[in-house]
Amino acid sequence: MQLRFTEADEKFRGQVSDWLSDNLSGDFAVIRHRGGPGDEHVYVEERKAWEGRLAEGGWTCIGWPEAWGGKDATIEQQVIFNEEYARAGGPGRVGHIGETLTGPTLLAFGSELQKQRYLPGIRAGKELWCQGYSEPGAGSDLSAVRTRAVLDENTQTWRITGQKVWTSLAHESDFVFVLARTDLAEKGHKGLGFFLVPMNQPGVTIRPITQLTGTAEFNEVFFDDAVCGSDDIVGEPGQGWKIAMGLLGFERGVSTLGQQMLFQTELDEIIRIARENGAGKNPAIRQRIAEAHIGLRTLRYNSLRMLSGGDDGSLNREAMIYKLCWSSWHRNLGKLAMDVLGPEAEILEAAPYSLGRLQSLFLFTRADTIYGGTNQIQRNIIAERALGMPREPRGES
Amino acid sequence: MKFSFTDEQLMLKDSVEGFLTEHSDSPAVRAAMSSTSGIDERLWQKICTDMYWQAILVPEEFGGLGLGLLEVVIVLEQMGRFLTPVPFFAGVQSALALRTLVEKPLAQTMLADLAQGQLVAFAHTAARPHWDAQGVEVVATEAPNGWVLDGEARFIASGNSADALLVVAQIDNNLGLFRVAPSQSGVTLSKMPTMDQTRPMGMLGLSGAVVSGADCLSTDWEDHLESVLALSRVLVGAEQVGCAQASLDQSVAYVGERVQFGRTIASYQAIKHKAADMMLKVESARSLLYYAACVGDEALMETVTSHDLREAAAMLASSAGDAAFFCAGTGIQLHGGVGITEEYDIQLYFKRARSMEAYLGRPDEQRELLAAMLLDGDDCHAA
Repeated sequence: MQLRFTEADEKFRGQVSDWLSDNLSGDFAVIRHRGGPGDEHVYVEERKAWEGRLAEGGWTCIGWPEAWGGKDATIEQQVIFNEEYARAGGPGRVGHIGETLTGPTLLAFGSELQKQRYLPGIRAGKELWCQGYSEPGAGSDLSAVRTRAVLDENTQTWRITGQKVWTSLAHESDFVFVLARTDLAEKGHKGLGFFLVPMNQPGVTIRPITQLTGTAEFNEVFFDDAVCGSDDIVGEPGQGWKIAMGLLGFERGVSTLGQQMLFQTELDEIIRIARENGAGKNPAIRQRIAEAHIGLRTLRYNSLRMLSGGDDGSLNREAMIYKLCWSSWHRNLGKLAMDVLGPEAEILEAAPYSLGRLQSLFLFTRADTIYGGTNQIQRNIIAERALGMPREPRGES
Repeated sequence: MKFSFTDEQLMLKDSVEGFLTEHSDSPAVRAAMSSTSGIDERLWQKICTDMYWQAILVPEEFGGLGLGLLEVVIVLEQMGRFLTPVPFFAGVQSALALRTLVEKPLAQTMLADLAQGQLVAFAHTAARPHWDAQGVEVVATEAPNGWVLDGEARFIASGNSADALLVVAQIDNNLGLFRVAPSQSGVTLSKMPTMDQTRPMGMLGLSGAVVSGADCLSTDWEDHLESVLALSRVLVGAEQVGCAQASLDQSVAYVGERVQFGRTIASYQAIKHKAADMMLKVESARSLLYYAACVGDEALMETVTSHDLREAAAMLASSAGDAAFFCAGTGIQLHGGVGITEEYDIQLYFKRARSMEAYLGRPDEQRELLAAMLLDGDDCHAA
């Protein structure tokens, strides 16, 4: 076991941090530390411009093959990039869906034509993507999607009709990837297709969802005979589920250490306040702050095990617990922040409903244990896949 | 960065697992529990001659294997899993203490004896209620012919069976470390009757016991005690992770067989979610265990600060202590009625989890130690 990075990796770290400190300044200084989860609605134009700057510097899509403009970066280098990005206060990436989900999916399953059409726009930071998976009736049970895609033989286009929900940055995106049913006679995982659909067309309508924070970063997206080309299906009709699930495996945890750095700045802020306002003398608060510290460090070593390939014979169990671990930890942190602030926690930054950072943290972390697989679904997955316990019975769909 | 076992470490893990599966099953553990010493002496002899694990942490120049804390942790994790009643922990703890004085001929001799399988136990505290320097009750007084020791030490791992003892004692404004023979006059050594019978503990009474100047290993040992205790917490953490894992495995096996309302109770979500929570705690503690073992190895090479070691040990003690108790306690619940019978092993893990979480400081005490680092120092929270 080796906890430390190699000298070559540390040199790479230096290059990343130098570039970021040179570039995340001037016009871009304002977006430092902004646009993360719960804050995705802010400074969108500036963050789009920032994607272009990153692309010019060669810092988008570094894990992609060189043939498509990437750096073929190792897992370690990707981890380091994400760590340094977070350390420098790099803003929430509006390009992350394209870079981490669409791109790898096309590299694995896409046609040559699809790669040529879509990868350069993602690499250049110019074409933004959003995700069309969940539907009002297909949340935890994603395979219940009802959005349908029908091939129009005359115009050689797919016609898509249905509704997606919880789509981040839909109104800023150029494209959406859509999981839709191609064979209406099939149910569940069968008869699905994976489509690449332009957002800017008459058949697509976006409606923001106002959240408990008063802000809106999620949207509903309505498809009413929306169109994409006959060659804009990835793989074949019927392969949609395989591709959708493959996509969820591409991220491989390289951004987890960067995410933890954001968490660390939140915990540091809470500790600072506890030291200042005397809450840090309360034994119960002290226990919870220590628990938060232990929990965050646990996330780090869980990640390092996960990134090291988990060849300790534990079946990648650390990867299976990761979502449940971080979401529960983060939600508890939100409550800890409120308890450390005491009465001040209730007072808004400004009327009518402008929240402070820790208030946003408190409210938005209630979403953490729901999106991307609820804590209950995560526990089912752990019990069934890691512990080999019986699968949940399925009802009629 | 490669936070996973090397091939050699994986081979060691497999070999320990295979050996203990064969030689340390439940009947063997229970037989040792009811014996006078509390130790499976035949198994320990076999380990010392065939496996040589007792020599892992002894440097090569003294006949040891010269391996590190990670290798020790690999062995102890499995021993915690099987509740193996052998004095491996005690030997490692003594080796850690002796390695702080490795330039001393007596320490070298004792390390060589450890490698040969001699049982040296570490007696440092009465734990009333403190486990650190404040809990040291033995007092050493300098005399013309050496030192005179008086006082009591308790919770000495495998101490009741020791061939020799390392005794920590108060001296003027510092701590001393002495070698004491159990047979010498003024020494009484006995087994503490304990609720957990899988981890025998000795207690030592000293009344005017005279040790020669040659048996005084150090008169300036206070700083070393802290690091030996931090490293000992890492060892305990390894046993706790193994104990938690076994509690989970045995519970999952049981609920997979028990049928109620026409289906195995493993098929109920209420049961599955409890098991998932157990696994989450086991794997989280395991991640901190391997981290703390890496830090411990660096501490032995003096490439990290004592602050880092204390922090890692405290995080592990909190996480692994809670994990073992949670998993064993939840394990009893998942076993239902049979969980509280003597017949099923889950109760052994429950008692073991309790004794280990208290040994060297409860999880909440470890968290308070971390809170003090984060909240009370001048420097703003070292991350």
